Amino acid sequence: MADIRTTIAGLQMVNPVMTASGTFGYGLEFADLVDLSQIGGIIMKGTTLHPREGNDYPRMAETASGMLNCVGLQNKGVDYFCEHIYPQVKDIPTNMIVNVSGNSPEDYAECAARINELDIIPAIELNISCPNVKQGGMAFGVTTEGASQVVKAVRKAYDKTLIVKLSPNVTSIADIARSVEDAGADAVSLINTLMGMAIDIEKRKPRLSINTGGLSGPAVKPVAVRCVWQVAKAVKIPVVGLGGIMTAEDAIEFFMAGASAIEIGTGNFIDPAISVKVAQGISDWLDRHHCESIHNIVGII
Amino acid sequence: MKQCKDLKIVAVEHPNEGYVLLKLTDNNPLPEIFAGQFVEIKVENSPQTFLRRPISVNFVDKARNELWLLIQVVGEGTRHLANLQVGDTLNVLFPLGNGFSQGVVGERVLLVGGGVGIAPLLEYAKQLKQVGATPYLLLGGRSAHNLLQLDLFRQYGEVYVTTEDGSMGEKGFVTNHSILANDQLFQRISCCGPKPMMVAVAKWAKGHQVRCEVSLENLMACGLGACLCCVEKTVKGNVCVCKEGPVFDINELTWQI
Repeated sequence: MADIRTTIAGLQMVNPVMTASGTFGYGLEFADLVDLSQIGGIIMKGTTLHPREGNDYPRMAETASGMLNCVGLQNKGVDYFCEHIYPQVKDIPTNMIVNVSGNSPEDYAECAARINELDIIPAIELNISCPNVKQGGMAFGVTTEGASQVVKAVRKAYDKTLIVKLSPNVTSIADIARSVEDAGADAVSLINTLMGMAIDIEKRKPRLSINTGGLSGPAVKPVAVRCVWQVAKAVKIPVVGLGGIMTAEDAIEFFMAGASAIEIGTGNFIDPAISVKVAQGISDWLDRHHCESIHNIVGII
Repeated sequence: MKQCKDLKIVAVEHPNEGYVLLKLTDNNPLPEIFAGQFVEIKVENSPQTFLRRPISVNFVDKARNELWLLIQVVGEGTRHLANLQVGDTLNVLFPLGNGFSQGVVGERVLLVGGGVGIAPLLEYAKQLKQVGATPYLLLGGRSAHNLLQLDLFRQYGEVYVTTEDGSMGEKGFVTNHSILANDQLFQRISCCGPKPMMVAVAKWAKGHQVRCEVSLENLMACGLGACLCCVEKTVKGNVCVCKEGPVFDINELTWQI
């Protein structure tokens, strides 16, 4: 039997499969449907210093093998998280990771500092790549200077595992990855959604309230694999791969491209138990190919 | 408790070419389902259909352990569902959301449905009658063709019909029906149908000071309150229709009525 236990920048996981932010709520929503202890980590909904109402409806459009969304980081803010959500999630027996977003380096750092005080949160994922908010979000993630500035500010305020989530909407994702590594990131995760658009031709209007949104699902997987491959060649810190993973075979592609762990996002909407099935499928694949662990295949391309 | 499992199709009925009624069963007893709750169906072998399809629960036949889904064929996904056969399985995530208000003994409730929005009202009429309430049914459609299951509805309460083309019942919209002339007849309204119809009913209810709840069908992805795509603006801010709804009291909404 292959050993699929994984350690990423100090985070110990039962397997290399995490659930992506914004697709798995706080884990609680899925508790009836999947054994949460069998998921490597749950990356909770994007959290900001202040509450955000998000964008207007409609926020979603189904597209070929995927979907667009423009949720816009709706959340009740970090204080609400600490007071009301943390007590509900702190006993979930897996790595409960907070995804942190903000409008300024100071916002990010203050939010991260609050999360730093929460005992059982072992890591944060810094979102410098959300395409659906006017300020902040992706604005920081598309230049090496912006990315570096935010990561440096957060690094000073946060001493546990710091994962930085990267945007594919850039000229060179490898350059951005190097800049966040230099600024003190412990790991990078990629890709966030690709900016896209869909039009209702009968209404002659965009399908999304803010016109554009982030594309996710199997449609983006080849782009994600390419990005992971480029970034894994450029940095020494671990790479967490995500983008359209629906099966164990998809996950294996990401490992071969250089990811040491993966996240499943949109797939959770199709099958709430997909993360555990993919983890099992990875183990089976490794057994069939006489691999002792994913280390035998990570970055072989 | 929510489940995600393959249910077996025991009957496929085509009331007419625009609709399909699927009857599903399971080896285990189906969970308790409240009228107004919905399911999310995975549509297999339909490349154009990526996300699950939310469908309201039409009826639960406890004696036969059957769950009924009445589906209007509108696109690729629902066309695929219409072609399923007895013996096929369907992967169903259910029961989701909160249903209509539970009735109380002696309560007179007007159920207003439009088009395929009549579907969840059949189970609701049954549940209301079971608790000793009296459901009245006001069902509207473009034409007689869109009004289904009327004989089943009549088992649970008086049925009133409007059609836009006058092919059945009174001609016009539900809000034009003569039964509304007597606003003392019922104590509250539950409504499911196209948004313009629900807005008109909500407006009528507000004007006549009758409590009213509506079942929304915002576009959704997960059905579990995780993706935050199906939000409706309410007095409490943006909330997920799939989790906080789909049924809302009209006073919780921010509709211009």
